Amino acid sequence: MAHGPKPGFSRWLYTTNHKDIGSMYLWFSFAMFLLGGCMALVIRAELFEPGLQIVQPEFFNQMTTMHGLIMVFGAVMPAFVGLANWMIPMMIGAPDMALPRMNNWSFWILPFAFAMLASTLFMDGGAPNFGWTFYAPLSTEYAPPSTTFFIFSIHIMGASSIMGAINIIATILNMRAPGMTLMKMPLFVWTWLITAYLLIAVMPVLAGVVTMMLMDIHFGTSFFSAAGGGDPVLFQHVFWFFGHPEVYIMILPAFGIVSAIIPTFARKPLFGYSSMVYATASIAFLSFIVWAHHMFTVGMPIAGELFFMYATMLIAVPTGVKVFNWVTTMFRGSMTFETPMLFAIAFVILFTIGGFSGLMLAIAPADFQYHDTYFVVAHFHYVLVPGAIFSITAGVYYWLPKWTGNMYNETMGKVHFWLAFVGLNVTFFPMHFVGLAGMPRRIPDYALQFADFNQIASVGAFLFGAAQIVFLFNVVRTVMGGKKATDEVWDDPEGLEWTVASPAPYHTFSTPPAVR
Amino acid sequence: MASESSYYVPEQSRLPIFATIGLFLTAFGAANWINGGSSYIFFIGALAMAGVLWFWFAAVIRENMAGLNSDQLKRSYVWGMGWFIFSEVMFFAAFFGALYYIRTFALPWLGGEGDRGESNMLWQGFENTWPLMVTPDAAVHGDAAKVVGPNDIIDPWHLPLLNTVILLTSSVTVHIAHVFLKKGKRNAFNLWLGLTVLLGALFLFFQVEEYYEAYVHLGLTLESGIYGTTFFMLTGFHGAHVTLGTIMLLIMLLRSVIAHHFKPDDHFGFEASSWYWHFVDVVWVGLFIFVYVLGS
Repeated sequence: MAHGPKPGFSRWLYTTNHKDIGSMYLWFSFAMFLLGGCMALVIRAELFEPGLQIVQPEFFNQMTTMHGLIMVFGAVMPAFVGLANWMIPMMIGAPDMALPRMNNWSFWILPFAFAMLASTLFMDGGAPNFGWTFYAPLSTEYAPPSTTFFIFSIHIMGASSIMGAINIIATILNMRAPGMTLMKMPLFVWTWLITAYLLIAVMPVLAGVVTMMLMDIHFGTSFFSAAGGGDPVLFQHVFWFFGHPEVYIMILPAFGIVSAIIPTFARKPLFGYSSMVYATASIAFLSFIVWAHHMFTVGMPIAGELFFMYATMLIAVPTGVKVFNWVTTMFRGSMTFETPMLFAIAFVILFTIGGFSGLMLAIAPADFQYHDTYFVVAHFHYVLVPGAIFSITAGVYYWLPKWTGNMYNETMGKVHFWLAFVGLNVTFFPMHFVGLAGMPRRIPDYALQFADFNQIASVGAFLFGAAQIVFLFNVVRTVMGGKKATDEVWDDPEGLEWTVASPAPYHTFSTPPAVR
Repeated sequence: MASESSYYVPEQSRLPIFATIGLFLTAFGAANWINGGSSYIFFIGALAMAGVLWFWFAAVIRENMAGLNSDQLKRSYVWGMGWFIFSEVMFFAAFFGALYYIRTFALPWLGGEGDRGESNMLWQGFENTWPLMVTPDAAVHGDAAKVVGPNDIIDPWHLPLLNTVILLTSSVTVHIAHVFLKKGKRNAFNLWLGLTVLLGALFLFFQVEEYYEAYVHLGLTLESGIYGTTFFMLTGFHGAHVTLGTIMLLIMLLRSVIAHHFKPDDHFGFEASSWYWHFVDVVWVGLFIFVYVLGS
């Protein structure tokens, strides 16, 4: 067990080491983040002015679709799995992940799956063009031939996610150091345990719905065709039964990261640990019974509208518990504002804005006004960009010194933060206004009165994109060298990961540590 | 706690990257084939996948026999199999959910009943029945319809009932095999496990006969509207799982007969396969009740 990493490329291809695999996940996710980001910039460049400027509507549709798919499945989810790989074994005092070879398999499926997905851009008829939610019949009867490849890439991505989630659950339930009881686990571990459960519960449903599409397209079944007795709305129900828990898959680990960072820089223990655990579990439970709030305008019975409206509003309660706990943790703390903390505080504020616009959308009668407008785009980008992306960024800055043994450049980190913070608000805040005024989403052109806000949004988007270059530069420089980090890195942080050397040895906790 | 401190972590492994290539070729090849291309890539991928799985399981068995697997590591395999079966449950739940959404909401609305009954204006003359023998297309367009319903459906009280008895019996026989294995009686174990495999094969034989009957005599096909769609997708995926389960149990039988694997207190490969078998059995009970009996 005392061996270090193998030399050469085989280290990455054949590795069973959770740190290697975590790093690969993180780099892959960053590459996908840039790719999906470039697609977003194509969208924003086209929307800089009304009228068609740069791309054709067909290509614009492919860009919105691929941007969504790549960001959800390629950027956010793998980044969280990467952080889980790096941190969970160190946080619970385990020698590695429970099933190390399957761990490697889960990762390597992803580059192949996304190569297959991206290759659809070059196929006859173009890439999938029906939005990342791929509603039938647009994605069945009227879909380009490349949809078949899209379906199978979703299948193998799903296999990767399920195996990754099984691995994480087995690790958490079976590999904790003696004395690490469930209620002593760091919140990042707790949120990932619940996230992994959600993944295993809903990724098979996604596999089911794309299988139904495949059968409808090629084998003459009638799932989504009323002519044969099926129903296109069935697609939306099955998709969102996956899709809503998926939203929490992309945010629960973020809660865990922020719950690690805020106590460190407020120099106070996390306020309300157990209520955080119960709130996470409640959110996960509620995520299964709110899916049709994405479909208020599709034509549901009034009882359905009411049920899904109230159930959705209930989510505000456990989410509010979390926000208040973070704020109370900071209350009268000796706060300092290093880069991870800046991102974490921005997370709390901006995620709350996204939560409030979610509450507005949850009101079924009001949703008829907001549905499919830029207000929805503003809402979910406020929860995903300063929610998921900022928390991942915060986590990377927070743990990077532990991973590399070097401190990142604090000034550059702060520059990155402020560029990203300003950029994202300039991009997405105006979308609230154009959305409320009625600008529909996923359309390459718009009426003249939306031009001002769209120009502002496009400028913000390029600013946000530029901020990521600073991030990349900072991370690469830290990996290459820099000021040596201490083992604790920060001022008396909580957690087993800070008890090992910086950089963390290739194998940590080959013998389990003692947990008080 | 001695065994807890030596969790076996293999240094490196070539298996996952080959598994990735196999899985990718299978998926890419399947898409290519379905879109009208050649089927070679798919079959190469599937063969590669099967080969990798063979070597992968062989490696795990070898490690276990070399004493590398601590009790803690074995628990990881137990959790892994358990959660894998849960993911399968959710896969079937999607299709059962689709069936009941169609039956409870979509078809009554199409037929003019209830809250959204106005959808009937698009398919005037369509009446909601289950099993759906006349599709909306056929109700409106008559002979010009593209999607027509089946002429008849499978009678639950003949082949399906027989298959229910067969599969339930096989769950009992695999349990008896397990009991004998735990007592260390290898011959009895082989006998009862062999009987289970035979029952699995018999089930599949009757399932094929049922499909033949449906396609050739009843006009019940994948293309015959939502009844045929849900019927074949649910029973078809179940049949695929029974096939896989039978292969798993057959391999366990061969391991026992040829290689004398499994000890009374160490036989998780068999145990996992038997869990899988009980799972496909439970799914079948759901199918028999909700698709066959309550669907006729």
